[in-house]
Amino acid sequence: MSELNRMTIAQARKGMAEGSFSSVELTQSCVNAMDARADLGAFITPTPDAALEAAAEADKKRAAGDQGPLLGIPLGIKDLFCTEGVQTTAASRILQGFRPTYESTVTSNLLRDGAVFLGKLNLDEFAMGSSNTTSYYGNVVNPWQSSEKPDMQLVPGGSSGGSASAVAARLCLGATGTDTGGSIRQPAAFCGITGLKPTYGRCSRWGVVAFASSLDQAGPMARSVEDCALMLGSMAGYDPMDTTSVDTAVPDYTAELGAGVKGLKIGIPREYRVDGMPEEIEKLWMETADRLRAEGAEIVDISLPHTHAALPAYYIVAPAEASSNLARYDGVRYGFRADAPEGLPEFASLEEMYATTRGEGFGQEVQRRIMIGAYVLSAGFYDAYYNKARQVRTLIAQDFASAFEQVDAILTPTTPSPAFGITEEPTGVEMYMNDVFTVPASMAGIPGISVPVGMSKAGLPLGVQVLGKPFEEVGLLRVAQAVETAADFTATPQLMA
Amino acid sequence: MSITRETVEQAARLARLTVADDDKDRLAGELSAILGFVEQLDEINTDDVEPLTSVVGATARMRKDEVNAGDYPERVLANAPDRVTDFYAVPKVVE
Repeated sequence: MSELNRMTIAQARKGMAEGSFSSVELTQSCVNAMDARADLGAFITPTPDAALEAAAEADKKRAAGDQGPLLGIPLGIKDLFCTEGVQTTAASRILQGFRPTYESTVTSNLLRDGAVFLGKLNLDEFAMGSSNTTSYYGNVVNPWQSSEKPDMQLVPGGSSGGSASAVAARLCLGATGTDTGGSIRQPAAFCGITGLKPTYGRCSRWGVVAFASSLDQAGPMARSVEDCALMLGSMAGYDPMDTTSVDTAVPDYTAELGAGVKGLKIGIPREYRVDGMPEEIEKLWMETADRLRAEGAEIVDISLPHTHAALPAYYIVAPAEASSNLARYDGVRYGFRADAPEGLPEFASLEEMYATTRGEGFGQEVQRRIMIGAYVLSAGFYDAYYNKARQVRTLIAQDFASAFEQVDAILTPTTPSPAFGITEEPTGVEMYMNDVFTVPASMAGIPGISVPVGMSKAGLPLGVQVLGKPFEEVGLLRVAQAVETAADFTATPQLMA
Repeated sequence: MSITRETVEQAARLARLTVADDDKDRLAGELSAILGFVEQLDEINTDDVEPLTSVVGATARMRKDEVNAGDYPERVLANAPDRVTDFYAVPKVVE
């Protein structure tokens, strides 16, 4: 019964259905793995006791005939999803001690289908970052090590860094992530796992701590395309509590898996090449295209002319919406409240309490983004910045719409580099470049998935991204699985449990 | 676009953030770099382009305007840093 934690969700479902092992055994195996690899910093709040209780409950339900799609499957939950009675921090000091009295819709859906929660996973503070180094609860470590610098700790990517690290290290079978500009796909690529950002509106945002509301979308992170399809089937759905969630039926996302790519047209956008991108990334991208061609796909050269504008527009839209969303953290209703100045019984004014609480409660990256947001939304600048960025979004969305008149899916690299060292971290705008290939799809609201396809010369995983038409995740997953099958990525990280 | 210390102070005031004096020059540099980066959008012609309002193109649904939640002050106040009976408590604002 060893190494149950290394199974895929599909394998574990089969094993439990056949009675080969129980959810308690599977969950215990994950709990042991979490203990063995606590040094990765993947969890902020592990909940092993509650997980084992839930697993025992799942086993009872199975004995009684329940066949929930995720019955007894142990998952990690990004600590951006509100979980009833379990501390939810968004990796920020300002939410210290916050125990939601309600459950997010996405996690409710997973619980409805029988999932077992192992605990809350680390992330960049308020999901703002690409390296998981902005968390108040410490850095997350990537379980992969570079053969060139084996002693160096690498970043897992971000913001869903804890989710990616935990899935890659086999601490859980799958995890929830959220993606605003690449926060599922970029860490999935850095950690050698699969991560899907669904179409905006596919999963409810209710109960997910808001970062940039016109971009935020929850999605699955797992060790296979099939597992992502299984998780999405539970996570997706219309929710009256989120007016931007879309009321279309949730299909069987596994329906077209295995159908291959014969006869499909796959677009290669010429703009997805940036200065300084390592040759190995370009090479893997083209190799992946060649493999799909060998499987019968037609590879089509396409143009997405406004690609370069996506990142600068994102760095207006995301901070603007963040500054508005994060206005709610004021030390009054929940979370952290700063102490009054030393020697005084209380603050001189309410305003001083707000500003001190926010100054002490938010980390540097969050403060930077809130200030940018406040600036670009301030009187006299709104049109020049926020409206201009929204116009650029229209152009980006039109680029994709025209491309999808010619092709069924688009293939790109996920990131312009493999994972880097925690101490080698780029700063400022250079750090933002990590998301250069993931942000355009976010700005257009279309779905995208990162699939691991190969290794860098230093032995680090690299991913490609497949982009699809809005609400056509079934077809997107079909192409992604063809990429997965052709790449046959079987390497495992050094720091695996 | 170069951001000055004064602009940092103004943005901090708008954002209700206490920023230490020592951090203002650093922030001015960082904010200038970000705004410099986004300035490249000026080169894109957006004349007659409608700003994108919804990426899903769905129309907002109507619902009945009726009370569908409430009457649970304990749940609402469960996380209050400070409370008095069924109210949030904050520092005195009126002398």
